[in-house]
Amino acid sequence: MPSGTSSWASKVLALLAKDLRAEFRTRYALSAVFLFALTTLAAVSVSLGAGGLPAAYLAVLFWVILFFSALSGLAQSFIKEAETKTAVTLQLATSEDVVYFGKWGFNLLLLLGLEVFLVPLFLVLLNVEVYQWWLFVTVIFLGSAGLVSSTTLIASVVAVAGVRGALFSVLSLPVLLPLLVPLVQVTEKCLTPGVMTPGTAELRILAAYAGIALTGGWLLFPFVWRE
Amino acid sequence: MWWKYLAGTLLAAVSVAVFILPPPQAQIGEASRIFFFHVPAALIGFVGFVFSAVYGARYLQRRDPAFDRKAAVAAEIGLTFTIIATFTGAIFSRVTWGMFWNWDPRQTSILAVLLIYGAYFALRQAVPFRDTRARLSAVYLLLAGVLVPLLFFVLPRLYPSLHPNNSLVSGGGEFAMTLPVGLTFGASLLSFLLLYFWLHQLADRAGRITEKLES
Amino acid sequence: MTGPDSTTASGIGFVVTASGVSKAFGRRRICTDISFVLRRGDRLAVVGPNGSGKTTFLKILCGLLRPDRGTITYHFHGTTVPRNHWHALVGLVAPDLALYDELTALENIRFLNDVGGWGKTGGQLRSLLGDVGLAGREHDLLSTFSSGMKQRLKYAAVLVKAPPLLLLDEPTANFDDSGAAIFHEVIQRQRAAGICILATNNKQEAELAERHIVMGE
Repeated sequence: MPSGTSSWASKVLALLAKDLRAEFRTRYALSAVFLFALTTLAAVSVSLGAGGLPAAYLAVLFWVILFFSALSGLAQSFIKEAETKTAVTLQLATSEDVVYFGKWGFNLLLLLGLEVFLVPLFLVLLNVEVYQWWLFVTVIFLGSAGLVSSTTLIASVVAVAGVRGALFSVLSLPVLLPLLVPLVQVTEKCLTPGVMTPGTAELRILAAYAGIALTGGWLLFPFVWRE
Repeated sequence: MWWKYLAGTLLAAVSVAVFILPPPQAQIGEASRIFFFHVPAALIGFVGFVFSAVYGARYLQRRDPAFDRKAAVAAEIGLTFTIIATFTGAIFSRVTWGMFWNWDPRQTSILAVLLIYGAYFALRQAVPFRDTRARLSAVYLLLAGVLVPLLFFVLPRLYPSLHPNNSLVSGGGEFAMTLPVGLTFGASLLSFLLLYFWLHQLADRAGRITEKLES
Repeated sequence: MTGPDSTTASGIGFVVTASGVSKAFGRRRICTDISFVLRRGDRLAVVGPNGSGKTTFLKILCGLLRPDRGTITYHFHGTTVPRNHWHALVGLVAPDLALYDELTALENIRFLNDVGGWGKTGGQLRSLLGDVGLAGREHDLLSTFSSGMKQRLKYAAVLVKAPPLLLLDEPTANFDDSGAAIFHEVIQRQRAAGICILATNNKQEAELAERHIVMGE
């Protein structure tokens, strides 16, 4: 029985494809995340009116909306496995590395999907002008990678703990502080006219955060996944 | 045993010495004396975090419930001292800068530590089974332990600090690190550290007895 | 290393050892000092009333839970298999475990095949579904299945890996007569393929095994 014929990457992709297909059919996480993002953005936009906000405020609003929308849905894929008892099936179906990176990839795709929809809407509704597009896109990508890297592990913790509700956000936010601060700083630079700063220092911190969180999560995940 | 006597004597002596030995600081005056309690409390708050994470790692390695109990105890004491440091810091901030809270990097980082302790205990309370609780809370603290230090790189580069960095005890018209100042500070730090170990031992013993009574 | 690669369907050289395994949840004792050695062809029945810890014991056996004391070891031709490779050697059918409701029967076992790297072809997977009596229902969502059909699919799911250690918890739950026939067929084949452990309240099922452990005593 040749069982090692397919590579590690194809196993990760199999899990990713399964999650995408299941998500596409049930919209278990997607609808919650999108609606949360939309309602928050609408509430903010209605109360503030269009335009005239300083770049610093816009940067804060942008990331706060994104962080909380993400936190409303990123734990779903692990929680659902635990609640529908498929977690045991998955535990016995493959190695913990495959599960960790598969879920990480799924969460990243989910978040990027949210951003494709949320970012243009944010720019339009709040009349935001972006002055450094390249930096803006890079920052969003690095920020998302960091966000997903630390919250994937925390999502597994919450799922195993068997608690729903606020615990995921409670556990995630303190750990996300070192990410939120530089994200806001460098996003402000992208939205400020005239200042052409590369923001290398912040980008380095963002990349370091994502790298450390991904590695830490990968090393710690087996302790969560199996007793 | 002897070190407990030392801790008691030292704490009593330091409480008095703080008000006699060092001269009042030039600009802030008498209020500066809070420094001798504030800084050791903050350090012990951090020590509790480190010990808790180390015990958590030991638990994951050995799966001995005693390590989990010690991790929780270290976190409890660490949280207490962090709260003390936050309050004394806010008072100090009010006296020197005119407001209790101004998002100084030190205040931001101590808030992050407070939030992590809070999240840690929220997680512990949410999980009923001992083994699951032990391993999940250890994992969480270790993740926080590798990510939060990034704050120390992030913050200083982004905000200018008003905090009397080391300047309180170095030059700059602030506390001069004279012999009386250094002596009082050193004694205070040592007594806080001894107090930490004492509390740790007591709380650990109490935890062990509670576990025995429950089983 | 004894990874999944070297696993053969015949389970030759595969040995499971329990020595002094004990587990308790708080004050509730699940099992105390259980020891055995099982080899290919061995059948063990774990019996005992509801809530006596049969399910927990099976979870310890497949590495999902840790015993408080004692050890479980998997040996393959004399080498100890590390715990993070156990999943490739063990199959579990249990009420405590479910497949994906939002996928079809075929998608479910294709996913398990791909994520475990078992390399079975579409045709092989289809014939597995036929073996458990699900021919014609391959493309139906699992959410439309009755509990008996879901139980059949769980058998197909373990057959994907043809594990040298097969754990069956309440093996005939929700089964009709033809479902029960599948169970008998599977444990008959497992005699040659490796070890089979049954957790059951049913006397007749327990008698299919030559060795017994009584839980909750």
